[in-house]
Amino acid sequence: MHIDLNTTWFILVGVLFTGYAMLDGFDLGIGALHLFTKKDEERRILLNAIGPVWDGNEVWLVTGGGALFAAFPDVYATAFSGFYLALVLLLVALIFRAVAIEFRSKRPEAWWRQMWDVSFSLGSILSALLIGTALGNLAWGVPIDAKGEFAGSFIGLLTPYPLLIGVTTVALFMMHGAIYAVMKTEGELHDKLRRWAVNSIIFFVICAATTTMATLLYDNHIAERVHENPWLFSIVLANMLAIANIPREFHRGNDGMAFLSSCGAIITLMALFAIDSYPNLIYSQPIPANSLNIYNSASSPGTLKTMLVIAGIGVPVVIAYTICIYWIFRGKVKMDRMSY
Amino acid sequence: MDVLTLSRIQFGLTIGFHYIYPPLSIGLGLMLVIMEAAWLKTGEPVYHQMARFWTKVFALTFAMGVATGIVMEFEFGTNWATYSRFVGDVFGSALAAEGIFAFFLESGFLAVLLFGWDKVGRKLHFFATCMVCLGAHFSAVWIIVANSWMQTPAGFHLVGHGLHSRAEVTDFWAVVFNPSFGDRLFHALSGGWSAGAFLVVSVSAWYLLQKRFSEFARRSLGMGLTVAMAASLLQAVSGHLSGQNVAKNQPAKLAAFEGLYETTSNAPLTLIGWVDEKNEQTHGLKLPGALSFLAHNDFHAPVTGLDEFKPEDRPPVSASFMFFHGMVAIGSALILIAGLGCYCAWRQTLSKKRWLLWLLVFSILGPEIANQLGWFAAEVGRQPWIVYGLLRTPEGLSAIIRANTVLASLVLFTFIYFLLFAVFIYLLNDKIQHGPHDDDLIPSGKLALPEPLEPGAPGHAR
Repeated sequence: MHIDLNTTWFILVGVLFTGYAMLDGFDLGIGALHLFTKKDEERRILLNAIGPVWDGNEVWLVTGGGALFAAFPDVYATAFSGFYLALVLLLVALIFRAVAIEFRSKRPEAWWRQMWDVSFSLGSILSALLIGTALGNLAWGVPIDAKGEFAGSFIGLLTPYPLLIGVTTVALFMMHGAIYAVMKTEGELHDKLRRWAVNSIIFFVICAATTTMATLLYDNHIAERVHENPWLFSIVLANMLAIANIPREFHRGNDGMAFLSSCGAIITLMALFAIDSYPNLIYSQPIPANSLNIYNSASSPGTLKTMLVIAGIGVPVVIAYTICIYWIFRGKVKMDRMSY
Repeated sequence: MDVLTLSRIQFGLTIGFHYIYPPLSIGLGLMLVIMEAAWLKTGEPVYHQMARFWTKVFALTFAMGVATGIVMEFEFGTNWATYSRFVGDVFGSALAAEGIFAFFLESGFLAVLLFGWDKVGRKLHFFATCMVCLGAHFSAVWIIVANSWMQTPAGFHLVGHGLHSRAEVTDFWAVVFNPSFGDRLFHALSGGWSAGAFLVVSVSAWYLLQKRFSEFARRSLGMGLTVAMAASLLQAVSGHLSGQNVAKNQPAKLAAFEGLYETTSNAPLTLIGWVDEKNEQTHGLKLPGALSFLAHNDFHAPVTGLDEFKPEDRPPVSASFMFFHGMVAIGSALILIAGLGCYCAWRQTLSKKRWLLWLLVFSILGPEIANQLGWFAAEVGRQPWIVYGLLRTPEGLSAIIRANTVLASLVLFTFIYFLLFAVFIYLLNDKIQHGPHDDDLIPSGKLALPEPLEPGAPGHAR
């Protein structure tokens, strides 16, 4: 594999979406778990666990989308116009989820809070499901015509394999969120979350095993890729070890390490997805020749270079102050006047 | 209705609704910086109380801005895919830069601004507030780079043919500093400052009328009016510069703004009037030569009329004319209102003039409506082009979307946005009625002072 400018951008876009999955993943996951507790106080603690960071996390998606637009405009155009209804649904889910966090605790009435709690939770689950299903479709392949336009339908996107990836994504984020919430809480809620986290881990492991089997049985380009480049097996191994390490650390009470392992699982899963796709960004099925790849859909080399400079200046700064902000808000959630 | 009309309505609706919030974030961001700076400088608790109260309002507008903003980024791809392919090299870069330089900064430090009051020292908190404000301004910079490039494309060359052609960047800095960028950025930012300042003015005037929180209201009003006055004047200056820019770079747009059908030297400025599109005439009260002077600094300079453009290259004249004149009228009124308010505040007669306070309460509608009209004018005036002179709006549409799909999303967005707007107004009103918290007079946590300061002494850190 030769690392040229286009490959660098393939990796960078991948890094941004991986950052999104790793960060927004836990707040989407907490959203998915939100309705499991009925107590108002506990729901507030869950919201405040993600309160200071959720919108920063969502920026990874916005920036990832922007980077995709800048680096591979044809992919952005084909995917966004092709997945029109799915994306509108994703937007609705993200809108309701965002405003629900802000609106929920502004009024004391029970119906008001319940309404926004449901919005928050369903919005989070739907977002995770749609994002996962979209990834599943990209891995599986979608019909692309000779002009590079999407030639399928919305219903055609809802086939078993992509939906399986969608459900796996929900499970992954639930596990990731539960572990994060365990780190941020104490007392009764903490104990409850520990039990949910164990259940989420089991749910995820079942999904992950099923997905792996389905991938090996039905989607053979990843196996081919690993055959060609045996060193890639190390990523498969790292993924297995990261997943196995989650229950191990969690059982020992090393919640921080369990969370990092969960991050590792997300990173390696995204890496596997990238290996599966490379050099394609939208794999075309049944006519692979129509696939949009990092060369036929890219911006000009000049723009890729300029953007690389911008990313090179911007992204390290972003990572530095994001770490500082997480550091400021470390430790267990304490409710105060500023809380949601 | 066809896909084109529906997509245009949807884009107009979603961008119009979104644009209620970012100017407020820009303006309130600036107000927060001023309030916190005043607190750091003087140590007077009322400034701390002001910063705390307006932070809450800021949080509400920011959440709405985030929720509605992500729609915009998706919509270029969903509805305007061909446009996205055409401009991706240029426009995508600006959008990505906005994410990297603006959104991360804004949302990251917002955490400290909103939730960090008790967790960090006052200097660090002030720094976070400045970063949020800077982030909001950077966001304006990059999106106006992108939009101005659509008005006055520069620093690119065309590659390919027909529907497969696209613009590629040849000179990045020429793209950024395209001919209309500077003036339009200045104008949009002034609009944001104006919106933030008039919101503060409006709420404070309301408290004075209700005789509640009088110390808080008096200080907020003074600060708000000062910024509102400066912003309205800058708005006029930047508007004038922007107008001259349009005259130079987009003459068809200026002709539509003024309903000028024939190229005329000593061209008149229509102060108030209407356009008869059928007979190609503009009626109303006209000031001879004034348009020539405003556009070219010379009463006798010829101003290009619509007759120099083929009918298919002309923007909708009547709509452009009304949006533009509405914006100018409101902008001028805001200067008068802010001036009157400042004068009476200086004479200390403001609290007795209830009619003026009522006027100030409603003044927030001014910048909000003018900001909307200004964007309508800028975008409608660019028609029939989506990228001026290069790509027509119908050509930018996604090739594969269908009318009923767009209709479905349009109905969905309309419904959701009305719902959100109702909830937003309800919660904003709730916060305003509730007013500033007296607990906020005493800073808590790490912000608390080690010992009381003498009035006027500069604040110590931590």
